[in-house]
Amino acid sequence: MDKELQDKIQGLIGSKKIFLFMKGTPDAPMCGFSAGVTNVLRSLGADYNSFNVLSDMNVREGIKEFANWPTIPQLYIDGEFVGGHDIVVEMARSGELQKKIGA
Amino acid sequence: MTVQEIQEKIQAGLPGSEVEIQDPYNDGVHIKAIVKFSGFAGKSIVEQHRMVYATLKDELKAEVHALGLETKV
Repeated sequence: MDKELQDKIQGLIGSKKIFLFMKGTPDAPMCGFSAGVTNVLRSLGADYNSFNVLSDMNVREGIKEFANWPTIPQLYIDGEFVGGHDIVVEMARSGELQKKIGA
Repeated sequence: MTVQEIQEKIQAGLPGSEVEIQDPYNDGVHIKAIVKFSGFAGKSIVEQHRMVYATLKDELKAEVHALGLETKV
């Protein structure tokens, strides 16, 4: 991955405590798994920023390499990769996610 | 790629694992894999999922749009 793209991704992740790469936007998710994660975050009242990977092919492919994770959505908290849909749902069920985001 | 082939690929990549594939829409696209593998012991959930994804590298690029994953030790 080139440095410019890496810096861009790093910059996005660093722009907010909770950051979500998703397909679509929180108001109009374009995939069931992206919708699932935004639902979880909304139910916890989380304050987060998101990026629509459908708007940028480089970021869409780049974050897969960046996180060593092949799918989208991807959730980051405090700059750290947390997981995709299944992990986020599981962590919310166990209460771990609430602890991480301080909800 | 059939559901059967996905199951075999995961099992080949994680020898000794038990793999159950659910295909709720019967479309071979929105599938869920439940993987029980002793090698997950001591690994974080992110690492466990990465290990499964690694066995399906090519499939995830193309055909399998949505793979739900549940891992157990």
